[in-house]
Amino acid sequence: MYQAQTIIGRTVAAKDPGLEDCVWPQDALHYIPDWVYTSNAVYEQEQEKIFRGKTWNYVALEAEIPNHGDYKRSYVGATPVVVSRAEDGSIHVFENRCAHRGAEFCRHNQGNAKEFVCPYHQWSYDLKGNLQGIPFKRGVNREGGMPKDFRNDEHGLRRLRVTTRHGVVFASYSDEVEPIEEYLTPEILADFDTVFPGKPLKILGYYRNELPCNWKMYHENLKDPYHATLLHSFLVVFGLLVAGNKSAMLVDPVHGRHGTMASAKSEDKYASVSEENKKEMRSFHDGLRLRDDRFLEFVKEFDSPWSVTMQTVWPNLIVQREMNTLGVRQIVPNGPDSMIMQWTMFGYEDDTPEMQRHRLRQGNLMGPAGFLGLEDNEAMKFVQEGVRRSSSDVNVLKLESGKQGTSNTLISEAAIRSMYSYYRAVMGF
Amino acid sequence: MSKPYSYPSRTLPLARAVALRHEIEEFNADYCAALDGGDVEAWPLFFTEDALYRVTARENAERDLPVGLVYAEGRDMMHDRAVAISRTQMFAPRHMLHMLGTTRVTSESEQDGIASTTHFMLLQTLVEGPTTVHLAGVYHDRHVRVDGSLLLRERQVVYDTAILANDLVYPV
Repeated sequence: MYQAQTIIGRTVAAKDPGLEDCVWPQDALHYIPDWVYTSNAVYEQEQEKIFRGKTWNYVALEAEIPNHGDYKRSYVGATPVVVSRAEDGSIHVFENRCAHRGAEFCRHNQGNAKEFVCPYHQWSYDLKGNLQGIPFKRGVNREGGMPKDFRNDEHGLRRLRVTTRHGVVFASYSDEVEPIEEYLTPEILADFDTVFPGKPLKILGYYRNELPCNWKMYHENLKDPYHATLLHSFLVVFGLLVAGNKSAMLVDPVHGRHGTMASAKSEDKYASVSEENKKEMRSFHDGLRLRDDRFLEFVKEFDSPWSVTMQTVWPNLIVQREMNTLGVRQIVPNGPDSMIMQWTMFGYEDDTPEMQRHRLRQGNLMGPAGFLGLEDNEAMKFVQEGVRRSSSDVNVLKLESGKQGTSNTLISEAAIRSMYSYYRAVMGF
Repeated sequence: MSKPYSYPSRTLPLARAVALRHEIEEFNADYCAALDGGDVEAWPLFFTEDALYRVTARENAERDLPVGLVYAEGRDMMHDRAVAISRTQMFAPRHMLHMLGTTRVTSESEQDGIASTTHFMLLQTLVEGPTTVHLAGVYHDRHVRVDGSLLLRERQVVYDTAILANDLVYPV
């Protein structure tokens, strides 16, 4: 709906080709064709081969459903699902679609239930998604009703595989996907476990927004350390990140699909920027100082060389550790030109009240009104409009050309290259 | 109804509520004129030094979750945000327009100041875009009197809008 905020919003026909016309440019590592962001056929194939393929999709934090009967609505790709905790404590994920006539029966974002009842004809399901009861199953006065051979166990909700890692819940349509630890790969798992060491989380709240851009751009933006010191002058001015800080763009070495953008804050609260680097950064504002700089403080609470790790976990999860503000972001693709982002911000149960307030103050950096977050959202919107409406048709990725995998410089597009090498193999491009 | 931010009953005399309502509506008219007129750096001046300003979704407010889309403890934090927006942040140009509903004054005390709620709609117009309802919600306010004039000690902007369109740039 919101993507229609641009009145002149039609996608140029050449940018919406069928799969047979989707041919990747010859210099495949250094060019991305616009149609990956704009083609409906490509989007549909992504749902099938990526989100319903051999992947683990983030669906919830266990802290959101701590008790028996707790549930929440979620998504795998664009498909609505329900995550529930059964009486035996096990977690279940099933499609939010009644097996009878297809109604999306679960309407509350979160809640607690003994069973799920579809309001249309009151078919009821247990907390594991099994069909329990059908009103008038044997008819009335021996007339009507279900045939004798109707078996409830053949008409349950569509269930997905479920796994958890230290309180984070993932679901999959695939029977073949590897265990989550292997799926994440060792380096990515290490930074993931830093944020999720297994100690109880405390949910601090939610943000939800629509970004009028293709879902892959969100991954790319967090695999693109080049933009960080250029788009986000705030980071530079206030010394959170400057070109030259200790930093890395880590890429999972097995598939190239996950990444961690990592940096270490300098000791000084405000960074000094060399005259040479200043000239390269048009957005740099010298001499700007905060009146209240409490929210730039970094409480060292993790055993990690990094003060910031932004993890992209394929295909739908971002794990945010921006100093002390922590969160997960769930990507919900919504057609080629739109995505919904669901943010769950959290701390730990053992946080002091002051630590919680520090996390809330620092939260101003991120989210749809965050000093960094809003600029990313604006930039990605600009890119989607550009690729959708222009006559030229490729993106250029030549920083640190030829390289794929982990890079030690911010001035690199190696991680985006890795992601698209993997993507091309999965999608058959 | 025990949910926070739900329906507080009025605990002060009607005539007093009406008098205060006029004063708060005048205050809000000034507040919105500053924001809609583009003077974001004047925005912190509507608050006391130690004020709390939070913009948050209704689902957070009702479940007592503390996060804010914007969360400012004190006027200095608001000042920093205003300066960041007006001087350093990158975003597409836009006009914002606040439409306020009737103010309802619910309590007044020496210690806690004046509690009131005011409905709002926030309209946004982007270059080449239609005018859209960007946020709809309620201000949950606490005003205090400083040197005879009202200032906000707390403004909780609780919005119904379940999914925000892209981002929120300016204060509400």
